[in-house]
Amino acid sequence: MGTPLAASHNAEGGGAGLGARRASVSIRHEDFDLSAEVAALRQGMPAVGAVCSFVGTVRDRNEGASVATMELEHYPGMTERSIEAMMEQAFARFDILGASVVHRVGLLQPLDQIVLVAVSSMHRGESFQACEFLMDYLKTQAPFWKKEVTPAGARWVDARVSDDAALARWGIASGNA
Amino acid sequence: MQIEIRFFASIREALGSSSLSWQTEAATVGALRDELVARGGVWAEALARGRAVRASLDQVMVSDEAALRPGAELAFFPPVTGG
Repeated sequence: MGTPLAASHNAEGGGAGLGARRASVSIRHEDFDLSAEVAALRQGMPAVGAVCSFVGTVRDRNEGASVATMELEHYPGMTERSIEAMMEQAFARFDILGASVVHRVGLLQPLDQIVLVAVSSMHRGESFQACEFLMDYLKTQAPFWKKEVTPAGARWVDARVSDDAALARWGIASGNA
Repeated sequence: MQIEIRFFASIREALGSSSLSWQTEAATVGALRDELVARGGVWAEALARGRAVRASLDQVMVSDEAALRPGAELAFFPPVTGG
């Protein structure tokens, strides 16, 4: 689940023409560097005029309890497929040039980075929208599960109805929580 | 037909099992879930109707009505909580 997987899921289309676009999905244990990811998204693409990124991190509190550690499980194969399908949707809906998703799995602690979504486009509006769209989609459709350790013991994190509602704003029924 | 079934997260833990090769004549995902529930014990508990259980078929999220085919990779898991 390291970098080789990330490389195998990189895709680039169309050269420098109108059809040029860049998409990358990486599921891994290792941390990521926002600057490096954004640089990779922009590199050699002078048509890009905007990059919007979101980073999700581990909080030290959840549902009224302090969180010591968090373990992330996923469904290898389906995870990558589902995120690639989300990206296809994002490219179809928004006038964007590139999208990058990094999601960590394994054992994490408060302050650790969990997820990165970065989107590039010619103008800012499409990047902002596509970034939020991808995050809303990922929260309810990508097969990840969080288990957190609190003073009362380990517990699986419950899905939130509010996350389904977030995806519904885009006209997509989630049916997750 | 033979179906490969995978379990994740809280369901995997409750069953004490991450995968199962299952011989079935069930036509749909929902019918197969009912077969597993009929095994009783932890199976009946973890996959009980009324519990939030999601399913994927060949790594795509599906509903109960999805049709099974020989050799399919089916998975059952709780609602997802990534991001």
